[in-house]
Amino acid sequence: MTSSAAPNAAPAIEAHGLTKHYGSRKKGMVHALAGLDLVAPAGKVTAILGPNGAGKTTFVKAVATLLRPDAGSLRVAGIDAIAHPEKVRRVIGLAGQTAAVEPALTGRENLVMIARLFGHTAPAAKAAAEAVLAEIHLEDDADRAVKGYSGGMRRRLDLGASLVGSPRILLLDEPTTGLDPRTRIELWESIRSLVAGGTDVLLTTQYLEEADQLADQVVIIDHGRVIATGTPTELKSQAGRDVVEVRVAHGHDLAVIAEILAPLGTEAPHLDEPARRVAVPVAEGTASLATAVRLISERGIQLDDIGLRRPTLDEVFLALTATGAPE
Amino acid sequence: MSRNAGMLATIHPPEHPPTAWATATTYAGRTIRQFVRTPQLLVVNAVTSIMFLLIFRFVFGGAIATGPVAYVDFLIPALASVSGLFSSGAVGVAEDADTGMFDRMRSLPVPRAAVLLGRSMADTALITWGTFVTLVVGFIVGFRVHGGLVGALAGLGLCLIFAAAFSWLQIFLGLIAGSAQAAQGVGFSVFPLIFVSSAYVPVESMPGWLQPLAENQPVTAMVGSVRALVLGGDTEALLGHTTTWFVVRALAWSALILVTFATLSTRRFTKL
Repeated sequence: MTSSAAPNAAPAIEAHGLTKHYGSRKKGMVHALAGLDLVAPAGKVTAILGPNGAGKTTFVKAVATLLRPDAGSLRVAGIDAIAHPEKVRRVIGLAGQTAAVEPALTGRENLVMIARLFGHTAPAAKAAAEAVLAEIHLEDDADRAVKGYSGGMRRRLDLGASLVGSPRILLLDEPTTGLDPRTRIELWESIRSLVAGGTDVLLTTQYLEEADQLADQVVIIDHGRVIATGTPTELKSQAGRDVVEVRVAHGHDLAVIAEILAPLGTEAPHLDEPARRVAVPVAEGTASLATAVRLISERGIQLDDIGLRRPTLDEVFLALTATGAPE
Repeated sequence: MSRNAGMLATIHPPEHPPTAWATATTYAGRTIRQFVRTPQLLVVNAVTSIMFLLIFRFVFGGAIATGPVAYVDFLIPALASVSGLFSSGAVGVAEDADTGMFDRMRSLPVPRAAVLLGRSMADTALITWGTFVTLVVGFIVGFRVHGGLVGALAGLGLCLIFAAAFSWLQIFLGLIAGSAQAAQGVGFSVFPLIFVSSAYVPVESMPGWLQPLAENQPVTAMVGSVRALVLGGDTEALLGHTTTWFVVRALAWSALILVTFATLSTRRFTKL
């Protein structure tokens, strides 16, 4: 039963045992989704993190009703996406690597076209395009052909195209992949202001920083199943240890620093030679930092920086995916 | 920020999904604007037609015997009929699949079959452009209508019907190609259909074992029907059948091609 009475009470997305295979038994099967369980609560931004081939895009395609899962259940805004895909299409907006804008049309023409295809009348489509152009700050370039847009402008337009139908749930498939840092931050701003307006967002990303910046809930997937779920903070504390990080003034001191820090660490120090940086997870937090400072100053090594920090999501991610999903 | 959220709040979700007609015309409108604003596309389509036209008119034409009919009059109705087989429709469809344009369409609350209908409408227009270029260049190099205005208009009408049928063939080839580059190659696969027909040479000049094949395939029927209408009744003797015989066969083939490839393409495109 699909409840249309209180659709917002339902989670934005609810997947249980979602499975999708590609290929055949003879030639070898690829399990793009291997029994994925995931609940994206309403009113939140959920980020799906995973390496290439983890199943992120397959999952987004299933939610966007572009492919049918082999097994499992999938509800989007409370609607059974496998039984009623046409109803799901009325409440979602899709943007990112799986969707496109037309380079030969202007920004405005693109938005009007998609608005018409959401079901708007011609005047309503024009008005919706206008409102979205203001939101994504493309008013000044609205009447230029998209082929002359920068990568960042295209992504913003792509994001805008998913908004003209006023969707309840926004699906963003790697929205900032390939963008330079400044453009990425601009796009984050746009996404944040949408979230403030009350749109539920599911986004996939390879960038842990992006998940950290935007998401209330992070789901890490690998080999088609979920390996960890939580807020960014929860996930970082799951990986445990604080990290002492040292940046040396001269690269040739790196090895000596690593040698000094090794006894303090819970695992081997990690060397980043181009950045002249050594990081090591420690057991005793500030006490370990104090010891490190004392030992290094005794040796008279010149430092640019030393500090104690929480583990990054990168470290969490690597720790979790290194152990791998149970087969 | 709050101002922006306010702007978006002015958009209300549409009450109804778009109709099939609104979907088809919107998508056709986008595709036609894409053609018109991508001059390379129009030029490539025209150049292929013109190249074959000129080569056969001036290089091979002299060696091909067409009895009482001038070779240029024999050739131009044929090329006008088959411009749908020279069109780059398959490449355009494969590009829409490649770039994610089709995925965006399939994520929208549109009747999915209507997206392809719109694509077919636009591709038919593009093919008609090829026919137009063929006729203009044809007139320049000596082609003339001999069957009266009604015959010429009827011939043109048939060309449009063939264009619509071939647009669906191109859509199907584009959908199965997998990439725009592959679509280019797949597009060439229809060339035997053009050459093993009466389009460039009379079927009687082919080896005996090949003649039944050439005689009974769609291009020969289509080409024959337009030729008979444009060149007038006198050519019926040369062509070996009456005008009606050709027109009925040509329409039957067009219907078969259209229904077959529209069904196959739609099934492929709409499946979840």
